[in-house]
Amino acid sequence: MAVATTGTTRMNNVEAVRHTLYEALKADPKALIMGEDVGARGNVFLITKGFLEEFGPERIIDTPLAEASIVGIAVGMAMEGLKPIAEIQFADFIYPAFNQIVGEAAKTRYRSNGDYTCPLVIRTPYGGGVRGALSHSVSIEALFYHVPGLKIVAPSFPSDIKGLLNAAIEDPDPVMFLEHKKTYRLVKGEVPNGHFTIPIGKADVKVAGDALTVVSYGLYVHQAIEAAKQLASDGLSVEVIDLRSIRPMDKTTILASVRKTRKLLIIQEDNKFGGIGAEISAMVVEEAFFDLDAPIRRLAGPDVPAMGYAQTLEEEFMIPTSRMADVMREMVAF
Amino acid sequence: MAKAVESLAFERHGLSDEQLRWVLRNMHLQRTIDNRGFQLNRQGKIPFATGSEGHEGIHAGAALAFNRGKDILVPYYRDVGLCIGVGMDPFDVLLGMFARGAERQGGRQFPSHFTHHAIGIMSFSSIIAAHCPHAAGAAYSMKYRKESDRAVLCCFGDGSTSEGEWHEAMNFSAVQNLPIVWLCENNEWAISTPRHHQMAIKDVIQKAVGYGMPGVLCDGSDPIAVYQTVKEALDRARTGGGPTLVEAKCYRFLSHTTDDDDRTYRTREEIEKHRSLDPIPNYEGFLLEHGVIAPEEIEALKKDVLREVNEITDRAEALPYPEPSQLYVNVYEGTHEPWL
Repeated sequence: MAVATTGTTRMNNVEAVRHTLYEALKADPKALIMGEDVGARGNVFLITKGFLEEFGPERIIDTPLAEASIVGIAVGMAMEGLKPIAEIQFADFIYPAFNQIVGEAAKTRYRSNGDYTCPLVIRTPYGGGVRGALSHSVSIEALFYHVPGLKIVAPSFPSDIKGLLNAAIEDPDPVMFLEHKKTYRLVKGEVPNGHFTIPIGKADVKVAGDALTVVSYGLYVHQAIEAAKQLASDGLSVEVIDLRSIRPMDKTTILASVRKTRKLLIIQEDNKFGGIGAEISAMVVEEAFFDLDAPIRRLAGPDVPAMGYAQTLEEEFMIPTSRMADVMREMVAF
Repeated sequence: MAKAVESLAFERHGLSDEQLRWVLRNMHLQRTIDNRGFQLNRQGKIPFATGSEGHEGIHAGAALAFNRGKDILVPYYRDVGLCIGVGMDPFDVLLGMFARGAERQGGRQFPSHFTHHAIGIMSFSSIIAAHCPHAAGAAYSMKYRKESDRAVLCCFGDGSTSEGEWHEAMNFSAVQNLPIVWLCENNEWAISTPRHHQMAIKDVIQKAVGYGMPGVLCDGSDPIAVYQTVKEALDRARTGGGPTLVEAKCYRFLSHTTDDDDRTYRTREEIEKHRSLDPIPNYEGFLLEHGVIAPEEIEALKKDVLREVNEITDRAEALPYPEPSQLYVNVYEGTHEPWL
């Protein structure tokens, strides 16, 4: 893989992950990748295709099919000075590793009072809209963002992926790196060549506006931007914030926007109850209640265990761009 | 593949008189500290303590086989004697019991949940077998760096071998031929659950066959047998021979912890029946028989151990709890807020 150091390269999200991992392994001999089918197969989305030949089986580890120990072994490697980048093949498969992530990785530094640290990255594709059925479509962020000791990022633009994946790999604490699988080949963009990082915890205003603040992340950021463009053609100005980081989260950017637009819509693919939008909503009510001109609204997945395989069931679960635009119009008019 | 090694109690396996006497002191130190934990709990001075009475032979023997400055120990909460045996200050145990701020973990963890990075004792939690994948990861890091003279020693009880993470760690270590020794301290009880409710096999080492690694049984009440077995396994690991599952059989003479009451699930007769497995009188008999130590030297040793434990008890008790503000540090590197 040729690596330029100046200018930009146009790539999709899967290429951005691949490009960043490649450069990270080139730069840091302590970095290694481990997971199911990351070797000869090159990951089920071909993210690590060719890495086995380039870096060897010691650094590109095809693990047994056992998620708890993919994370658990990575924890041990991280405690002993390596920089493991562990992959959970689909976010839906992460539940066996819950103990290792929540009980161990998140608490290593804390319980040992800094005697040991756990600088590990857990990458996993999440999200629906790809006919992935019950077990290849879930959003997992709300299950983990409650946990102090973890950091969680979910960028969905190629340049954000590069900057935040680099930051995750260089972070001294465990970072979950969530990749929306529908954006993998759908989303393309210019990515600066050469090494750079984006600080974990910083949101990004993707569209500036003054009549409504929309906060989202993942696939729905792209749909929200599309909906905002539709409103803009009617002269309605909507600001779209891409959270990019779920924990820590960027209060400063959200509050500055809400104080300007005085209205807040949160859009998430995950179901509403106890989700990311609930925390954002509570924070804004606590910090900026008197700046609001309308009730906060949340557009979210329905309160069902998962989206179904049938096209009708998946479509019913997912929020179409037209629905986002309708709600944006209602809120601007409120 | 599993094979039994007969008790080798009447061979010294190259150990000097000094080492043989060190073993006895380590065993008495562990037992005295153990009893101190229960005493302090019953006096209302500490909320909780664990007990390891019956495990002393395993700990002293395995500690002798451990290469200080090279190997990594991934212990569990009964390994007081083992952690002391590989170089941890016994004072640290008392600091942990009293949850003092000066303790290495700042009084955060339960007693007997040690960490000591500088001497290779890896931090672990109370979650059973969760540390086993970490041990495999540590062994992988040694292999990755081509450190051919190092190995990991990971310890756990019989109950751990029911956990999925234990199975996964064993399997990975065999697949990757890692430099690691898995030491099962089989004391027959997982809190109140006896071995026959934990597994349908008689010996834990039978599980080794399924992973494709050697399984070696030894008498956990005999520190020399444990030393010989663990050393052989560690030497094999250090020289590229891969992992070994060692099962050291012993008996847990105390309740699981100070919060447990073993009278609710096992008889006093059963405990007495197992007194023959008490490693300390057995080992003292062995040393006396072979003239390594005199009876009055044993008495002096016990007195000295009690003096040391009294001294570290008083010293730890006199120290303060951590400042409440310590609750907030070491969540992440530097300061942290969930909202930025």
